[in-house]
Amino acid sequence: MTSRSYLDFNATAPTRPEVIDAVAEAMREGGNASSVHADGRAARTRVEKARQHVAALVGADPTGVIFTGSGTEANNQALRSDNIERLIVSAIEHESVLQARSDAVICPVSPEGLVDLDALMRLLAESDAPTMVSIMLANNETGILQPIPEAVRLAHDAGALFHCDAVQAAGKIPVDTRALGVDSLALSAHKIGGPQGVGALICKTPSTMPRFVHGGGQESGLRAGTENVPGIVGYGVAAESALAGLNEFGALAELRDDLESKVLAIEPTARIFGKDLDRLPNTSKFATKGLTSEVQVMGLDLDGASISAGSACSAGRVETPYVLAAMGVPDELGLCAVRVSLGWTTTSQDVHGFITAWQKLHDRKLSQG
Amino acid sequence: MNTLVTHKAPEETRIVVAMSGGVDSSVTAALLAEQGYDVVGVTLQLYDHGAAVSKKGACCAGQDIADAGRVAETIGIPHYVLNYESRFREDVIDVFADAYVRGETPIPCVLCNQTVKFRDLMGVAQDLGADALATGHYIRRVETEDGVELHRAADETKDQSYFLFATTGEQLDYLRFPLGELTKDETRKLASRFDLPVAAKPDSQDICFVPQGRYADVVLKIRPDAAEAGDIVDLDGAVLGQHDGIIHYTIGQRRGLHLDAAEDALYVIRIDPEAKQVIVGPREALATTTVRLNNVNWLGGDVSGGAIIDCEVKVRSMRPPVAASLRLLEDGSATVELAAAEHGVAPGQACVFYDGERVLGGGWIQREKTSTEAA
Repeated sequence: MTSRSYLDFNATAPTRPEVIDAVAEAMREGGNASSVHADGRAARTRVEKARQHVAALVGADPTGVIFTGSGTEANNQALRSDNIERLIVSAIEHESVLQARSDAVICPVSPEGLVDLDALMRLLAESDAPTMVSIMLANNETGILQPIPEAVRLAHDAGALFHCDAVQAAGKIPVDTRALGVDSLALSAHKIGGPQGVGALICKTPSTMPRFVHGGGQESGLRAGTENVPGIVGYGVAAESALAGLNEFGALAELRDDLESKVLAIEPTARIFGKDLDRLPNTSKFATKGLTSEVQVMGLDLDGASISAGSACSAGRVETPYVLAAMGVPDELGLCAVRVSLGWTTTSQDVHGFITAWQKLHDRKLSQG
Repeated sequence: MNTLVTHKAPEETRIVVAMSGGVDSSVTAALLAEQGYDVVGVTLQLYDHGAAVSKKGACCAGQDIADAGRVAETIGIPHYVLNYESRFREDVIDVFADAYVRGETPIPCVLCNQTVKFRDLMGVAQDLGADALATGHYIRRVETEDGVELHRAADETKDQSYFLFATTGEQLDYLRFPLGELTKDETRKLASRFDLPVAAKPDSQDICFVPQGRYADVVLKIRPDAAEAGDIVDLDGAVLGQHDGIIHYTIGQRRGLHLDAAEDALYVIRIDPEAKQVIVGPREALATTTVRLNNVNWLGGDVSGGAIIDCEVKVRSMRPPVAASLRLLEDGSATVELAAAEHGVAPGQACVFYDGERVLGGGWIQREKTSTEAA
C-alpha cells in the first residue's frame, strides 16, 4: 500500500514534529509549575512562555488565557456559569456547546449556513434575564465563518455576554480576540498540530470567569489540577508554528478549490456547501446524491484516504449530521455529505489520492446508473 | 474451502463480513482473513440498548459492537459500524409489533435478514466493491451447473435455513456462509485457535431486541393500544374468561390462560384480532393439514404454475420437516397439504420447503378463516 492521504484535519491534525520534540523535552525536564523550588520555577517559566504564544495566536492578553483539558472543557467553563440564566446558541454549534446546558435556546441558521442575526435579535429581546450568547467562529463541518462582530454587537447592545467557540478557526485564519469583541473564546491544541488533551479559555475579564474544575489554585484559581506542563508547552509551540504559518495555511484554499473542481468534474450534480461564502481555507463539505456518507468514508478509508462524514465526536458511528439538517438540507442529500479537511501536511499528492479513490467509488455506484 | 469466489485470487477478493460481535461471525471473519481475503468487517447498530426495555446484566448491543471491534483488531481487518437504528425500527421492530397486534406470531430474524442485512448491508458491500457478503449463519450455499442452491447446515442442531428461506436467488449469488459445513463445536475450537476475545462468549438467545423473552413489553411500548382486554372463548363461542390483550397469546400456548384448573388441558387454537377473542380448545383442535402461504420465495428452479410438488416442510423453526405436497400459484401464494396433521400452525410463522438437504424456499403462513366462519 502507498502512503495514506490524511484529509481529516478538522477532526485532529497530525502533531507537528517540533511539538513532539518540545513535549518530550518538557517531560524530561519535569517539574510541577506550582512548586516553589527551581524545578517548579522552570516548569512555570515554560508554561508562561506557552501562554504568551497562545495569547499571540488570537490577539489576546496572556493574563486572560486559562489552560484547560480540552476545547470542550473551555466551552463548558464559559457556558455553565451560575451567573447566566439564559443561554442562546446557534443550531450549528459543536456538541460541547449544544450540550453544555440542557435549557439552551437555539438560534436558527440560514439555508446558506450563517447564523440568523434577525432571529438572534428577537431572541435577545425576549427576556431581560442575564444572558450569554455562544456562536462559533468557523463551523467544524462546513468551515463557514460566522458574522461574529455583528452578533457580538447585538448581544452587547442587549446587555448579554458573548462566548465564541474558535476551536476550528484559531491557527487556520487570523483571529483577533479584541477586534471580535467577544467576552470569551474557546481553543484547542490538537486541531493545529499540538497535543490532544489541551485547550484554552480566553477571557476578556478573568476576574468574572467562575471556576469550573474545583480544587487547587492553579491557573489563577480558575482551573484546578496540576498543569499539564508538557501538553501546554506543546500547545505553545504549535501556536507559534501555526501563527507563523497562517499565510501558508491560507494557501491551502487553492488545493481545496482544486479538489472541489475535480469532484465537480466527476460529478457535476455534487453540492458544495458554503462555496461562495467566507469559510476556512482547508475545509470542504460536499454531498453527492446516491453516494451515502458512510459508503464514502468506508470506501475511501479502504483505499487509503481519511475523511469524515461530519463531526468525529459521535463515537466512531456514522450518523445524520445535524449541522446540515439545521441548514434545511434534505436527508437524501444530507446523508450523502462528507467533510474533507486539509492541513499543514497536505500536498497535491493527497488531493490526487483522494480524487482517484473517490472517482473509483463514484463510478462503481453512479456510472452504472 | 478456498473457492469462495472462484474467478479471483483471495488477496484480490474483497469480502464484507457482517460481524455481530458473536462467536460465529467472528470466526467467519477470522477464517476468511486467514485464507488471505481482503476482509472488511461491518457491524450494524440496530437498536439503542439504553432506550430499549431496560435489560439488566449480561448482553447489550453496545458490548456486542465493542466485541466486534476487538475481534477485528485481533485479526487485523478494518471494521466499521453502521447505524441502522431507524431502519431496523421501521422494517423489523414495528412490523414485529404490528404482527402481534394482528394476532400473528412473527419471526423478526427473517425480516432482519430480508431488509437491513440482505438489502441495505448488501448494498453497502456492493458499493464498497466487495465480491461477496459473508455471514456466520449455519447454512450451505451450493454451486451447481444449474445455479446456486441453498442447503441445510451440516450441523443439524444449528441449521438456520428456516430463518433464511426468504433469501432470493440474486442475494444467494452474492452471499457466502463459510460456517455451513462446520459444527458449533468446530467453530468454538476455531475461535480458540484464532485467540478471539469472544471465544468463550455464550450464544445469543431469542430475539436480539427483546430482553429476557418479554416480547409483549416491546410490543406495548410501540403499540400501547394493543393491550385491549377481551374474552377467552371456547370453540363454540362460550366465554370462559378474560384476557388482557391478544398480544400475550400465541397459537398452541397452554400456560398462562388463567382459566379454571379443570380447563388446564386447553390450548390457544386461534386468535381473532377483530373480535379481540382468544379461542381455546383441546389439543386435537390444533391439528392442521392445510396451510395457506403468501409472499412465497421459490428457490427450486423452474416449475410450471399450479404444479403439485412433493417435498418436506417445516412450519416452526424447532420442528423436524414433514412430508407435504405444495401447490405454487402465480400470485406468489401457495397451498401446502401436510401428509399428517401438524399441531400449532401459527399465522406469521414461516413454512419452509425442503427436498432432502436442499431448501426450496418458503412462504408466510396466513390466518385461516375461523372454523365457525367456515362452517
